[in-house]
Amino acid sequence: MKALVETIVTPLVDHPNDIVVTENEEEHKIVYHLTVNPDDVGKVIGKNGRIAKSIRTLVYAAGTDTKKRIYLDIM
Amino acid sequence: MKQVTATGQTVDEAVQSALKQLNTSRDQVDIDIIDEGKKGLLGLFGSKPAIVKVSITENGIQQAEDYLVNIVKQMGVDVEVETIVKDRDVYFNLTGEKIAILIGKRGQTLNALQYLVQLAINRKPDQYYTVIIDAEGYRERRRQTLENLATRLADKAIQTKRDVSLEPMPSYERKIIHTVLQKDDRISTFSDGKEPNRFVVIRP
Repeated sequence: MKALVETIVTPLVDHPNDIVVTENEEEHKIVYHLTVNPDDVGKVIGKNGRIAKSIRTLVYAAGTDTKKRIYLDIM
Repeated sequence: MKQVTATGQTVDEAVQSALKQLNTSRDQVDIDIIDEGKKGLLGLFGSKPAIVKVSITENGIQQAEDYLVNIVKQMGVDVEVETIVKDRDVYFNLTGEKIAILIGKRGQTLNALQYLVQLAINRKPDQYYTVIIDAEGYRERRRQTLENLATRLADKAIQTKRDVSLEPMPSYERKIIHTVLQKDDRISTFSDGKEPNRFVVIRP
């Protein structure tokens, strides 16, 4: 899952080395936290959050067979 | 990305040697000259070889396909991808089992994937491509559903003499509705609302 987020984000940013994805498992949910280089924030959020929304859609779709709810935090 | 650094007595020789190593031709590579080299005195003292870095030019469509395949694989779905390039339109046709995960409710996962691949392919501003991703004929089935829906709601608008609003849809789905109803002069259609929540209104 972490790898999925990285795969999605890498070609969208100018500084792929600064991508950090952390995983935080709680009782009923798993929270993934994505941080990118400050210059790239706009590139993973997009106009009206359109890119962020697309990334989340894919991550949530991939997480349908896990028992816990999945969240993706950006920055 | 494949690249080599090569040396030679002149820049030209260095490039030739690099091309040989990469087994490619000059029109498919980017060449970076790192050092032009120096002949030196009498060809004996202070001569420096030319150094060049030669890399195979990246192919955007191939990269986009790899990107798509990687994402799908990591979502735990096995698919075959067929790529068709027509002018500036790039079609990726996905087939395989468990494809429903990739389509999602009303195609939202497929649309998200399509949007991200389109962004990735157009990162380099040399050419603009429109990306269309289809999964097991989903787009065609959806087109038929939308056409049926459009004609049905047009009848409703005519009968009730009231505007009928559809739910929000992406632009190419709205286009399908507009196109079907264009011929019918008892009604007119237009889109209202702001992206990404624009929707079609059918007015009698």
